[in-house]
Formats: sequence, C-alpha cells, structure tokens
Amino acid sequence: MELTLAIAIGALTGSGVWLVLRPRTYQLVIGLSLLSYAVNLFIFSMGRLTVGVPPVLGPGGAGNPSDYADPVPQALVLTAIVIGFATTALLLVVLLVARGLAGNDHVDGREQR
Amino acid sequence: MEPSPLVLTLVLPFLASLAVVVVRGGRESATWITGATMIACLVLAASLYPSVSGGNVVRYDIEWIPSLGLNFTLRMDGFAWIFAVLVSGIGVLVVMYARYYISAEDPVRRFYLFFLAFCGSMLGVVLAGNLILLVVFWELTSIFSFLLIGYWHHNQAARDGARMAMTVTGMGGLALLAGVLLLGHIVGSYDLDVVLRSGDRVRSHDLYVPTLLLILLGTLTKSAQFPFHFWLPNAMAAPTPVSAFLHSATMVKAGVFLMARLWPVLAGTQEWFMIVGIAGMASLVLGAYLAMFQHDLKGLLAYSTISHLGLITLLLSLGSPLAAVAAIFHMLNHAAFKASLFMAAGIIDHETGTRDLRRLSGLFRYMPITGTLAMVASAAMAGVPLLNGFLSKEMFFAEAVETHADSWLDKAAPYAAVLGSALAVTYSLRLIHSIFLGAPPESFPREPHEPPFWMRFPAMFLVVACLVIGTIPALTIGPFLHVAVSSVLGPATPQYSLAVWHGINVPLVMSVIALAGGALLYLVAGNYLERTERPPLLGRIDGQRIFERVTVAISWRWARLIEEAFGTTRLQPQMRLVVVAAIAAGIVPVLVLGLDFASTRHGAMDLAFTGLWAVGVTCAIAAAYLAKFHRLAALALLGGTGLVTCLTFVWLSAPDLAATQLVVEIVTTVLILLGLRWLPKRSPDLSEPSEWPLRLRRFRDLAIAVVAGLGMAAISYAVMTRAPPDTIARFFLEKAYAEGGGRNVVNVILVDFRGFDTLGEITVLGIVALSVFALLRRFRPAPDTIERPEQQLIQRSYDEAEPSTEAEATKEEYLYVPSVIMQWMFPVIIVLAAYLFLRGHDAPGGGFAAGVAMAAGFILQYMAAGTVWVENRLRILPVAWIGGGLLLAAFTGAAAILFGDSFLTSYFRYAELPLVGKVPLASATFFDLGVFSLVVGATVLMLIAIAHQSIRRLRAARLGEERQRWN
Repeated sequence: MELTLAIAIGALTGSGVWLVLRPRTYQLVIGLSLLSYAVNLFIFSMGRLTVGVPPVLGPGGAGNPSDYADPVPQALVLTAIVIGFATTALLLVVLLVARGLAGNDHVDGREQR
Repeated sequence: MEPSPLVLTLVLPFLASLAVVVVRGGRESATWITGATMIACLVLAASLYPSVSGGNVVRYDIEWIPSLGLNFTLRMDGFAWIFAVLVSGIGVLVVMYARYYISAEDPVRRFYLFFLAFCGSMLGVVLAGNLILLVVFWELTSIFSFLLIGYWHHNQAARDGARMAMTVTGMGGLALLAGVLLLGHIVGSYDLDVVLRSGDRVRSHDLYVPTLLLILLGTLTKSAQFPFHFWLPNAMAAPTPVSAFLHSATMVKAGVFLMARLWPVLAGTQEWFMIVGIAGMASLVLGAYLAMFQHDLKGLLAYSTISHLGLITLLLSLGSPLAAVAAIFHMLNHAAFKASLFMAAGIIDHETGTRDLRRLSGLFRYMPITGTLAMVASAAMAGVPLLNGFLSKEMFFAEAVETHADSWLDKAAPYAAVLGSALAVTYSLRLIHSIFLGAPPESFPREPHEPPFWMRFPAMFLVVACLVIGTIPALTIGPFLHVAVSSVLGPATPQYSLAVWHGINVPLVMSVIALAGGALLYLVAGNYLERTERPPLLGRIDGQRIFERVTVAISWRWARLIEEAFGTTRLQPQMRLVVVAAIAAGIVPVLVLGLDFASTRHGAMDLAFTGLWAVGVTCAIAAAYLAKFHRLAALALLGGTGLVTCLTFVWLSAPDLAATQLVVEIVTTVLILLGLRWLPKRSPDLSEPSEWPLRLRRFRDLAIAVVAGLGMAAISYAVMTRAPPDTIARFFLEKAYAEGGGRNVVNVILVDFRGFDTLGEITVLGIVALSVFALLRRFRPAPDTIERPEQQLIQRSYDEAEPSTEAEATKEEYLYVPSVIMQWMFPVIIVLAAYLFLRGHDAPGGGFAAGVAMAAGFILQYMAAGTVWVENRLRILPVAWIGGGLLLAAFTGAAAILFGDSFLTSYFRYAELPLVGKVPLASATFFDLGVFSLVVGATVLMLIAIAHQSIRRLRAARLGEERQRWN
C-alpha cells in the first residue's frame, strides 16, 4: 500500500512537472492541479497510512490516541484543497486575461521558437 | 527624563520641519516657523556655553540597542558647541536671506521642510556622541542635501547635480560606516568619549590602515576634496541660500569636522600625513587654479571652497597641535566670509538675472553697499590683513614652514601654500574687478538696484564679523576658539597667539609674496582669464565626465549585461529553474545524509488499492499527454485522478478530506469548463515539433519531470515506511473532546486549536476571490473567441431554417431534462450543505465542505437555467457572503476577548434543538459558520465572474448590432 501510494505520488508529480514546463497556458493549469494532488497526498502520507481508523472520536471522547489516524496532516490538507481551488481559479483567470490581451495562449504572451 | 537643551536643539528642527508641512498659511508662516526654530536652536546651543567652557562634556544618553553598543548618545564639548552655534547661527541668517530670495512661485514650504530637516541632521552630526548615530545623521545630511540641491527639480542641471552629490557623498557615507564599524571593533565601543581616549590603541592596531582609508573616503568625499571634488561645482545648481548654507558653512564642513573630531585618534601617523596631506594640498592648489578660470560666479566660489577646505585638510594632515588650531580657526573664518560671498552672489543674480562674470561689470555704481560687502568678503577670502582670513592664513604659513614629517610632501608644503594663496588673491581680484569695477554694461537682463535691507543684512552681519575678528581676534573669537581647540586637543593644546601683528617673520613675508604675486598675476593674465573657455593643462581632466562615464557603465551597461546573461522574461526557463532548484534541494540532503529504506513497516500490498491507482496514474499521465490539443479530454482525465485521490482519502481514514475533495472536484471542473470557452482553437502550426533543438528541450523537460517524480516517490516511500515519531497528534486527539467539545478532531483543529491559521486562510481565500473578480471586470476576450461557440451557431442556423421554431429556442431547451432535475436538486443540496455543516464538529463535514457544496448548488442553478434566468429570480451577493463570513469569524474570535480570554478562545455546550435533537453548540460553530459563508461567497464569486463574461460579450454584441441598425 505504501509502495503504491509512493509510486502514485511520483507519477502525479512527474506529470505535473512536465506540464508546468510546457508552453501552453492550459497545460499549466492542468499541471498545477496534478501537482497539487501530489503535494496533498504527500503531506497526507506524512501521517502514515492507516485503514479504517478516522480521527473521529467515539461517543465517550478520547480513547487511546494511537488508535486513530493522525489528524494534523489531514487538517493541513483540508484547507490546502480549498485554497488550491482558489489559486487554480486565480491562475486560470490571469491566463485568460493574458490571453485576451496577448491574442495567444503562450505562457509568455508571445510565440517563441 | 527631563528635556535637556541638548535634545531640544536636535529635535526642534525635525519637529519644525513637520510643522511647516502641517501648518497652513503659506509662505510667511513657514518662514517664521523656520526662523524661530533656528533662533531657538541658536539660543539653546549658546546657553550650554557655561557647561562646556570649563572643558567639560555635556552628555545625554538614551539606551537604544545596548546589546550592539548602539545608544542614542548626544554629547557636546567645546568643539561641538562652536559648530552647533555656527550651524544654527548661519541658519538664522540664511532663513532671513531666503525669505527674500525664494520667489513666491516656488514651493516655499517644501524648501523650509528640507532646510529644517537638513539643519537637524547637521546638528545631529555635530552633537552625536555615538559613532553609529553620527553616521546615521551623516547619511541624513546627504539625503537632505540631495533634496535641497534638486529643489528646482524641473531643471536638468539641478537634478544631475543633486544626483552626483548624492552618489559621491552617499558612497563616502557607506565607506564611513564600514570605517566606523572597524573603529568600533578596534576600540570595543562606539562611544565617542571612549574612542577619543583610545588613540594609541587604534594607531597601533593591524586594522588601522583600512579603518583610516574608509573613514577618509567618507570625510574627503563630504568635504569635496581631491579627487572627489567634482561634485561641488555641480551642486551649485541649488538655490543660493542652500549653497550659502550647505556648501560654505555646514555640509562640506562635516568632512573636516569629523577629521578634526577624530584627529586625536587617527592623526600623527605617516599614512595619515601622506593621504590627508596629498588630498589637501591637491585640493588647495587645484581648487584655486580652477577657480580663476570660472565664469560662473557661484562656480568660482565653489572651487574656492574646495581650495579653502583643502587648506584646512592640509593643516589637519600635519599632525601638529598648532596646525589643528589653525584648521579649526579657518573652519570658522571660511564659514563667515564664504557664506557672505554666496549671499552677495545670490543678490547679484537676483538683481541682474545673470551670474556670468563676462556679462557683469560696473555694478558698484548700482549697488554700492552690496559691492562693498562683497569686496570686503573677497578680501578676507584672499587673506588681506585686518580681516579674519589673514589670521588663519598666517597660522597656516607658519605651520607649512615647520618640518613635521620629513618627506617631499613636507618640503613642498610652503610652496604649495604660497601658490594657493597667490591664486586665491588672483581669483578674488577677478571677482571684484569684473563684477563691480569697469564700465557699466550696455544691457542687463534686469535693471539692477540694491536689494531690500533685510536681504542684505545677513551678508553685512557676516562681513562685520570678518572685520571684527580680523582686527581684535583675542577679544572676540579668542575664548570660544580656545574652548573648541582645547576640547579637541585636550592636554596637548599648544600656546598660540591670536594677534594681528607678530613682527616681521617668515609667514608675513610669505603673505606679502602671495598678495603681490596674486595681484601681479591678475594684472598680467586678467584678460586671458576672461577669455578662456576652459582652463589649460587640467581642463581636459573632467571629474564630472569620468563620473558620468563610470555611472553609465555601472548602472546601465553592466546592469544590462548582467540582466541579459542571467535574466529572462520567459516563464519556462524560470519554471525550469524553480523545479531544478527544488529537486536539488531535495537531493542534496539525501546525498549528504543518505536515505534509509530499511524498515519493518512494509505494509501489505492491497490489490484493489493498487488497481485504483493504476487507473489514477494512467489518468494523470494521459492528462499530461493530452493537455495540449485535447483540453476537454484532459480535464475529464484530471477529474479521474481527482476521484481516485478522493477514494484514497476514504480508504485511508480521512473522511473529511474525501468530502472536501469531492465537492472541490466538482467546482474545479466547472471552473475549468467555463475557462475553456476563452482559449484559442487548435492551430495547425502548433503540431509536433520536428526541429532538433525543440525535441532536445522536450527531452530535457521529460528528464526533469522523471527525476522529480522518482525523487518524490523515493522520499514518500522512505517516510511512509518509517515508524512515526511521537507527534503532536496525541495532544490534539486527547484534548479535542475535553477542551474543544468536538469529536471530529480534524474539524476541531481547524476551528478551534488552529483557528487563527484558519482565519488567515479564509482571508486569503476571500482576497483571491476578489482578485479574480477584479481581474475579470476589465476582461477583454481575444478577437477569435468573441463569436458565439460553434455549437450555438449550428443551433441558431437550425432555428432560423425551421419556420416553426423561434430563434434561440433550441438553446433554451438544450439539456432540458437534466436542467429540470438540477433545479429540483437545489433544496436537496442546501439541506446536504446544512447537514455537512451541522455534523461537522462531531463527524466528517464542516464549514469548508459544506461551503463548497452550497456553492455547487448555486452553480448548478446557473448551469441548469442560464445566468439571466437565475439572476432574475435569485439574488446572490457573493461579496456580502465573503464579508459577512469574515466578520463573523473575526467577531467570534474577538468575543472571547470580552470574556477576558485571548483571541479565538472557544466555549461549548450541548443544546437541545426541536426535531434535530441534541446539538453541540460551541462558539467554534459560529466560527465555522463564518468559514462556511466565506467559502460559499468566494467560490460563487469566482465561478460567476467567469460565467458572466459570456453574457457581457452578448450584451456588447447586441448593443453593437442595435447601433448599426440605427445608423
């Protein structure tokens, strides 16, 4: 399971980096989204992988803390997901405005050979 | 802490400079504020005379950064006293003069603002008792002198002169700071009293020479000494009151002041003698030589100032106490006659409209009083007996003859002294002769006449001072000079006599030679001086041109070269650099410390999980492959990866993340779908690149991507297989219910333990949403996307072809069934959002997930029925949601302050609600409600802002059509 997730994080990072280095604005948007998945999963995996023990306490309150998944990376990732959406929106809009001004969708605003 | 006169003297000018800005009432009030301030400073400084006259030191200490040895120490001894009186006294006179000089069209308050601030800085230099503080004020004088020289900033020469002065003295100031730091390092303290006591230690230290060089760089640039003299003539573009104040009495004196101040510490060595001596002697002779050839009256005075400051510098270089006495004496004398000469020059300029010596002549018959004043002052400058300049020059000659440190420089000193003085006689004669004597000119730009009495008064006062000091020195300046000298020299203060007549001795003979030689030279070469455009011999070596070449080279050519070599305006190389740097930052520690995979925590391979990610990874790579030409497909594949991520969160005990990821996935897809509309169509010339440089670039990027991916995989695997350390998770798990009142620990962390972070995050979210909104308000789509999308065109042509259907009817009915379902779902989604929100504290859910879900509900309505339909029926005010949410969250946090707790402390209890049952009611719930509201507002605002662009375009098009129809 750890190996699978590690490979997945690697593949998402690689795809994201590849796209971030491309010249088309749309590639940049998709690339950053893929990178943010990778980063979120990476941060999340810092709490180690556990199955079936969500950090939601039983009715009586705290039991044995080691019986639960680590809530801290989850809290970090939760806000990161929402902020990630906001930055994607900002990037998209900046690129659209740039596209409107420059007349093409190259990241520099002009075609380069 | 009682307000000491020392502090008041320093603070008053700065306060007054603010008052000048704040107080309305124009010219007169500003002048009076400035004048009164300068008089107050003068009185305050003078009143301290009894305290310093006995050789005592007045100190005032405020601890500033004591750990760095940096204290706000003010210190006044006799030398500082005489300079403080000089600065504030001449300040009073200059204000009086400026009142008439500065014309009503000029921004008067700005002038006095800079003037007062400069005065304060100059007094700071004089009164500072800590070397660092001194450098701070030193730099302030540079800055305010820049502003004063550039006061007429519409004038190119003023701007250039100001910039040059700033550059030269500013660099000197930087060197001075370094030198002072070294000095403080050697002595172990920046306190001036301590430093002054440590002369022997400094002079024998290994770092003495670099310290000396750096400090001298500061002082020689400030005093416009060779080879940094060239900025002073260019600074003459300043208004004349500024020149009279800064370039005769104060700022240029700061350099020699500091050399005299540190004289007991630094002087007396061979290095000091050679460096200071050469600079001084070169300035003395060169300044006087170049002064002869100037045609601009102020230019002549500027070069003469360089020459006289060179004289002072040369005296200081000698290292003998008597020479130091002469130096200090000449500082005062020069201030008196040079300030009055500048004022006279200003009057002449003011009255005739020109300062050109070739155009001026015969002015004496128009302005006899000003003429007399200027003549007496020039005579003092030339060193004519019975005037103050004569006395200090005699002392100078006496010292020049003495042997101090046996070297060629010492032997040359008497000749240089006589030569410099002779040339001074020549240029003084030229000044008097060509301006006041001779035939009256045919025409002046203006008909000259005597200025108002009070404009003349300051120059008159100073000239009378020159006369009085020159005739009865021992009775007038004597005691004050003695206090100043003995405070610098201490026990080494020599016996000296301030008499006019010492009998026939070598200095007197030298004086006679200089006077006669200078007069003879003017008789012989006077006409030649009047005619030459450029001084022979040295005219070609133009410090200004060298300076300009150097600054252009540094600030323009080199900067461009460096920018071309290391900079780029292209995004891709920058991104590549960032990624490569990140990879390097990851690899280097691994190489140094190693990456340990050996571990016992190899989890079992789960076949289903692996299969899941086989899909996820395939989607990601396919999205990367297709993003260039198949945008919609790439978006769908991206969604696939997102869903797999979401499932992973479910699988690995993170239900909150899964819920949030799911709803965010929906809105992200909608967002990008909305954006797709504005991207260009596939263009054929962007097909696969075939040239090898492009292929190579793609290979390189692929390699970078693969390395990044492998690196991340390796690091994640290494971390995941390692046993977890004892983290802070334990704390949160234990306290979540006991102190936060919630069982969903993730939510409790967000809204309670780390509430402040969340507040920051939602603020960012709001700002981003507003930025998106603002950016789109001025959105101009590219021309090729303005036309309706192809699908709509097909529909429209179908509508037009069918007589039974109205225009746009097909579009109205497009996806009719799904849109009805979407409308029905609206209340359901609202309930879902409320459910997610309410259970958030105890079970997966919470403000973020609920907020995005609610936003998705709104967006669905837009998608189902179109923007116009929705907005006719439903008023969503996203900005109000954002603002309300942020305020609610902040007020919830602030409410805790009312109960005496710190910001964002939360309270909780369970409340019994009808129908719903027992509900945990923590104050954190209100905070979460704020989060919810803000997330709804931000998400909706961003999506609607993009969606609206389509209607705007339609509206614009429709308006255009109507206009055409009307025309």
